[in-house]
Amino acid sequence: MFDEKDCRFAATHEWACVADGVATVGISDHAQKEISDIVFVELPKPGARVEQGKACAVIESVKAAADFFAPVSGAVVEVNDAIVDNPALVNQAPHGDGWFFKIKMAKPAEMDVLMDFEAYQRSASH
Amino acid sequence: MNPAPLLRTPLFAALVRAGGRMVDFHGWEMPVQFAGILAEHRAVRTACGVFDVSHMGQIFISGRDAHRFVERVNCNRMTAVPGKGTYAHVLAEDGGILDDAITYSLAPERFLAIVNAATAAQDFAWFQRQAAGFEVALDNTGDRYGMLAVQGPNAPALVGELFPAAPALPRFGVAEMPFAGETAIVMRTGYTGEDGFEVAASPGATLAFWDALMARGGRYGLVPCGLGSRDTLRLEAGYLLYGADADETRTPYEANCGWVVKLQKGDFIGRDALLRRKETGFKEMLTGVRLLDRGVPRAGGGVWLGDRPIGALTSATFAPSLGCGIGVGYLAAVAWEPGTRVAVEIHGAKVAAETVRGPFRKASV
Repeated sequence: MFDEKDCRFAATHEWACVADGVATVGISDHAQKEISDIVFVELPKPGARVEQGKACAVIESVKAAADFFAPVSGAVVEVNDAIVDNPALVNQAPHGDGWFFKIKMAKPAEMDVLMDFEAYQRSASH
Repeated sequence: MNPAPLLRTPLFAALVRAGGRMVDFHGWEMPVQFAGILAEHRAVRTACGVFDVSHMGQIFISGRDAHRFVERVNCNRMTAVPGKGTYAHVLAEDGGILDDAITYSLAPERFLAIVNAATAAQDFAWFQRQAAGFEVALDNTGDRYGMLAVQGPNAPALVGELFPAAPALPRFGVAEMPFAGETAIVMRTGYTGEDGFEVAASPGATLAFWDALMARGGRYGLVPCGLGSRDTLRLEAGYLLYGADADETRTPYEANCGWVVKLQKGDFIGRDALLRRKETGFKEMLTGVRLLDRGVPRAGGGVWLGDRPIGALTSATFAPSLGCGIGVGYLAAVAWEPGTRVAVEIHGAKVAAETVRGPFRKASV
């Protein structure tokens, strides 16, 4: 749904896929494998303002909690309640039904500091 | 100074080959998971799983006074009948818990204590100090034994293929059985709340047992399991994790394990202190909590009754078989009544929970 090649990635393993000034965001396949069995996701509320690089959601596996850092700044316009009800979706389809939320971007130029898929793959494999 | 290198069990290479994600566990390099904690947990509840528990300690106690000594250093009434084991706490003079362990009677004058990895050396030193006046020989053999736990409803059929006499063992039964040209010690015990076996054998025989299980386990649904699922399985079943849920600052009463204390059996180390403690009472007791809302509680999380802090969790997790967060912690008496509404702190927010008595999930054995 949000093909890896159409996404830009943060070093902290979130992706953003932009259409018409709205970024859909989620976590990378590499991240879901590292975190493993996700059993709980806490998302920001619609309307909340998030800021690039700041923690705005929580991902819990059986063993540990991980922060989700907003890959871009803006206002949350929609959240994926399906992953709240069924967190395993994030493991099953991190670039599909496991997306997190949508951000109406405040600073479109922020996309430039994110990596394309190839660069991300190189950075994540280190 | 460099930290000491991590210890490895005889199975290290096999665990890595099987996809184990290795972590530091009390100085041992052990797998936290293989395919995933949820799948491993489910396999043990519905089929079977195998855990490397070679890091655990084996202390042999033998000699004419072996049973009297075992009674002296444990608070439970310890069986002398060969072929059975007894779970108990090893106490200090002040009643504090030095370890929790199962001690098996192998023969009238030969016992085997299976002790926790992190406490094995201290246990052995403690036993040696207490042995004066007893005709016993103590042998700390942890490095001469590997140990596997095969757990789950399919464990008897699978283990029975390799140890034909194993399925006839009763719960907490033990017997020495031939395997790979050697003798293995087969115990019908575990730490999961499911039926199963723990098998102690030489490092070589343990590796041969692992390979045989991997070769035959497929049709029994066997999967290799790590420390992650071991923890979720034991916490659901209500078993203590020594070092987290119990230590030398707590007595068995506070650890909600009064059933392992047999004051009537005669003298044992810690008895006088426990008698006093029973009279004076205690302020905190290990109490279970179950989350009523979503969230994953963690060890260290504070527990509240309204605005009042009443303790903290010592173990907590998402419970895969229950689909909710659970934990245990030393809580004030106001929360001991099961069903008491409390709140657990998670990421600075209070999440609704209730207290629970006994295991979160009834064991199948």
